[in-house]
Amino acid sequence: MFELLSYGDAGWGDEIFAGLAITMQLAIVTLPVGLLIGFVAAFASMSRHAGLRAIGFGYTTIMRGLPEILTLFVVYNGVGLLLNKLAVWWNPGGTNIEFSPFAAGVTALAMVFGAFAGEVLRGAFQSLDEGQMEAGRAIGMSPGKIFFRIRLPQVWRFALPGLGNLWINMLKDTALVSIIALDDLMRMTKVAVGVTKQPFTFYLLACLIYWVLCVLSEVVLAHMERRANRGIRRV
Amino acid sequence: MNPFYIMVEYWPRLLDGTLMTLKLTFLGALIAALFSPGLALIRANTGPVAQAPLRLYISFMRGTPILGQLFLIYYGSGQFRPFLQEWGLWSFFRDPFNCALLAFALNSTAYQTEILRGGIMGVARGEIEAAKAIGMTRPQILRRVTFPHAYRIAWPALGNEIILLMKASALASVVTVFDIMGRTRQIFSRTFDFSIYLWAALIYLCITAIFVLLWRQGETRLSRHIGPRSTGRSILSPPEGPKP
Repeated sequence: MFELLSYGDAGWGDEIFAGLAITMQLAIVTLPVGLLIGFVAAFASMSRHAGLRAIGFGYTTIMRGLPEILTLFVVYNGVGLLLNKLAVWWNPGGTNIEFSPFAAGVTALAMVFGAFAGEVLRGAFQSLDEGQMEAGRAIGMSPGKIFFRIRLPQVWRFALPGLGNLWINMLKDTALVSIIALDDLMRMTKVAVGVTKQPFTFYLLACLIYWVLCVLSEVVLAHMERRANRGIRRV
Repeated sequence: MNPFYIMVEYWPRLLDGTLMTLKLTFLGALIAALFSPGLALIRANTGPVAQAPLRLYISFMRGTPILGQLFLIYYGSGQFRPFLQEWGLWSFFRDPFNCALLAFALNSTAYQTEILRGGIMGVARGEIEAAKAIGMTRPQILRRVTFPHAYRIAWPALGNEIILLMKASALASVVTVFDIMGRTRQIFSRTFDFSIYLWAALIYLCITAIFVLLWRQGETRLSRHIGPRSTGRSILSPPEGPKP
């Protein structure tokens, strides 16, 4: 049992650890991209222009209604096709461009994360006290300064619980990239299962690793929430 | 290529897949709905030691990918094949549909239990005390006071959970169940016509939209005693907050 999980040639410890590293890389690269999309979606849906609002609303509604795996396949196959068409148009007779599974995974996960984050951030921006922005203007702060010194720090506080949930969901959704042949934790587990013929042991191990990651995230997020709320009086 | 052409040729398969998605979602949500009230009562009313196993189960279901849970049941059961065959359970676990349904039901039970626990704890103490005062028995209180109100409180969140389950049911395609996603991948692998994915997206969005409308009807019905002032907030409406 334990030699199966050992590190080195005999065991699968190193392979699974390598898969875990890919999973973590994927999640950590996706987070800033997803947050960026989230901010853009939030600003679009709070915009003064009806057209931008419609785009923001349409994007968040559609992306939240689609299964993540469908989004992943649309991105992986669709963007791949698009890139190849562009490549042929740019350089006829050139080689095929491979859209890497990692890039597809980051794109799809960030699009989903961004759609949900857009709603969380919009809610956070809309629950700010309008009087504080007026106070900022009254003492002559520029719009940029108001944004960075008054709005953003408080949006962080309001949005953190929602964004924390999204992070945990995204961490779990990274398992989907194993389907498009990216060697993440789930896929390395599948490889180990194929050789050892012990599916229950290894899938249970993979689930336990995801579980540990999620519980750890919850602990860190609770700490961050306490820190974000440190200046606030408790009722 | 004309995107309508592929629909003309393959619509029976997609319809078949749609029925499979609906079947998986409906049965999964229903099985979870049968177990969650009892479990939610345990979560709401017992001490930390008594509910420790339940909390562990809920934490596991919420902290691991559904794909992992699905693989654990579908592929993992193979490790216990002789044992399962002895008990006559192997024919159940050999079928991908059964395994997917089991995984979704187990997953949704955990989420629905937590949602319903919130509802039960949201029922005002005074209501229970009033029911006791007029001499209702404990089962009567549960049936006539606690659960009707708890479901009213939990209704929007339960709707969200069912939509999440419907989205998660697309994972069943990975273990060769031919739901919408499974049919779509099958058709794409034959035709390499990308528009089939967009048709699939449209079908999923339509199912969600119809479900939201039906669920809102249910919400209005559950709160009809509150009178015309209740607006019946949609489960998809944005979080409340002052306008900027």
